[in-house]
Amino acid sequence: MASALARLRASSVTDKIGLSLVGLLIFWLAVNFVKDPTEFVNVGLIGLTNGSIYGVVALGYTLVYGILQLINFAHGDVFALSGLFASTIIVSVLGLDTDSSVPVIVGGMLLTLVVVMSLFSIVNATIERVAYKPLRHAPRLAPLITAIGVSFIVQNVALAFYGVNFRSVPNFIPTSDVIDIGGITYTWKKLTAILIVVPLLLLLTWFVRTTRQGKAMRAVAQDREASAMMGIDVNRTISVTFMIAGALAGAAGIVYLLQFNMRYDTGFELGLIAFTAAVLGGIGNLTGAVLGAIIIGLIQAFNEGLTWLAPGSDWTRTIVFGILILILVFRPEGLLGERTPEGA
Amino acid sequence: MKSVSELAGEVRSGGTGRTYAIVAALVVLAVIYPEIVESLQDLPLIGDFIPRTDSMVVMIVFTMMAVGLNVVVGYAGLLDLGYVAFYAAGAYTAGWLASGHFEQVSFEFLSTAPAGAPGIHISMWLVLIIAGVFTTIVGILIGLPTLRLRGDYLAIVTLGFGEIVPQFVRNGDSIGGFDLTNGTFGISPIDSMGVGDFVFRTESNRAELYYWTAVGLLLFTVFCCVRLQNSRLGRAWIAIREDETAAAAMGVPLMRTKTWSYAIGAFFGGVAGAFYASFKSGAFPADFFFNISVFLLCMVILGGIGSLWGVILGGMILGYLNIEGLATIGSKIQEGGLDFDPTKYQFGIYGIIIVTMMLFRPTGLIPERRHRIEMEEGVHDTPMYDVTHEGTLTDRDRGND
Repeated sequence: MASALARLRASSVTDKIGLSLVGLLIFWLAVNFVKDPTEFVNVGLIGLTNGSIYGVVALGYTLVYGILQLINFAHGDVFALSGLFASTIIVSVLGLDTDSSVPVIVGGMLLTLVVVMSLFSIVNATIERVAYKPLRHAPRLAPLITAIGVSFIVQNVALAFYGVNFRSVPNFIPTSDVIDIGGITYTWKKLTAILIVVPLLLLLTWFVRTTRQGKAMRAVAQDREASAMMGIDVNRTISVTFMIAGALAGAAGIVYLLQFNMRYDTGFELGLIAFTAAVLGGIGNLTGAVLGAIIIGLIQAFNEGLTWLAPGSDWTRTIVFGILILILVFRPEGLLGERTPEGA
Repeated sequence: MKSVSELAGEVRSGGTGRTYAIVAALVVLAVIYPEIVESLQDLPLIGDFIPRTDSMVVMIVFTMMAVGLNVVVGYAGLLDLGYVAFYAAGAYTAGWLASGHFEQVSFEFLSTAPAGAPGIHISMWLVLIIAGVFTTIVGILIGLPTLRLRGDYLAIVTLGFGEIVPQFVRNGDSIGGFDLTNGTFGISPIDSMGVGDFVFRTESNRAELYYWTAVGLLLFTVFCCVRLQNSRLGRAWIAIREDETAAAAMGVPLMRTKTWSYAIGAFFGGVAGAFYASFKSGAFPADFFFNISVFLLCMVILGGIGSLWGVILGGMILGYLNIEGLATIGSKIQEGGLDFDPTKYQFGIYGIIIVTMMLFRPTGLIPERRHRIEMEEGVHDTPMYDVTHEGTLTDRDRGND
């Protein structure tokens, strides 16, 4: 804390530029809020929902980065493949539709979650075994390049099975409003995303903080050699981390599928957004990943939904990457990067 | 491990005479290729797989970009995932300076366009140089704030620029009401290369003329790289690649040296982009996307990171597969009765190539000696400017203070 204060006092020119950029952003948001408060809150809620989905994907990046210092490029594509696979289960296997009864829908969704999450945790761990493990002692860029290759392979697997068309599921979750207070609305459909994401995050936090395996993950993230000397099975821990990341990707795929439609290359762009979120929050930091994702979700929603001086969806990608570059230049450790890794 | 003096001796005596002979033979073969291509295509079995001359132009252009990327990735060891930005910058420079895009003005200088045509028409030869210089400036501007980042973060930032530039050109049709890039339609037509009335595009042997120009440009690029490799700058790049901290301690200026690699890599990307824009007479935003950056990276990896001859080989192989090879192979497969179209999965195939090469032959088809040693013995790639120097988990060498 003291060092943070000292750093604030000794703020350099770059810090001032960074702060003034944040100031401009806040001013822009404030003007928009005053102009149309209802719309602002509605757009904010959309951003919050999307941000929570990004957060689940971002956690996958940050977990793997925390433990291997590897940007797992393939993560976004695993996410997309899992979403497409979930669409097969929901539509073809379970046959959920708008006239299904509530217990069937809830049960079906839970079943889909379990199946997809377990399958893709195995897929992700297999990817690690085959493609990344042999390169653990290679120069740092070697596994990164490999990850790009894996990303393309996974993407093309999705292309081979699902073609170039967008997939979606029927609107079996009602789009009616949960709340409607003076024009501020929130639909059941969006609430579903929160209902899936929040328990997952709590589960993950519990796992990393209290279980033996979670502690092993934190130890390996801090110092791989020392952990090995203390009797922690490093290979197993890394595998478990990839399994968790894969399960999160699977869950995110389902949640995303319920809100939007997706196709084989959805994962590329969303993966980059999620990665940006992880960097924004401080890569390696679990809380940071979720925080960063919600900020990115809000920024995206405000950009696309607000009316005063908003650049619009044509520029979303530019803005997200602009943020990424600005963070890496001005504050590469991210918002919460100074904390101990793995959220503990 | 061999001692440095032994290695140096091997490098010096590395069969220079034989190397020159091989290079000379390849150059001669490249120059006469358009004359012999038809007889080659008549050969049994392999005839169908011989690329046409205009395909060769595209292959050479991409090889040239791969060689430029190799300066950044191979020589200096900086992973650049946004090289497509330089390609785009070069192509659009050609679009601005050698087409009728800016119809508000009419300016003509030594170009092949008819006199008095609207728009800016500067001789394509000059435009090549201008595009190279402009792209170099873009490269320096991108590089200066970002090159202090650690390797994988740098990769992500370059990727970010590689995504921003294409979106910028796609949306750039009304920047403050000014049409800079003509949006999704791109800029077309772009002037042909040529001198005075001798316009490449209207000649009957158009492909051959462009082909020879491309060969000339590639030779120029290769010449620059050969000269750079053992120059003061080239040795500084190797030093940084192998151990940034030690290099800095020995007095290698890190930022300047890295920026040079970025700028030089960008230069070749810009020239190649401008040339290609003239060849296909247009700069279209759909051509510039992330996959191109990875495609170029794949060429470098297949051939051998840092290995000039390897990258040329890798570039020609993948360039061929991309422009003709996969389609030819696909038609052969379909003749055989299998319904499989490899062009649809081309990026998956490149992905498989990348992963296979990294796992089984990370030094590439023609390994560079020095790089092989690095791969075998490892490098000290925890650099001075670690982004996490504020104290997070990647900072392994520091105590927990």
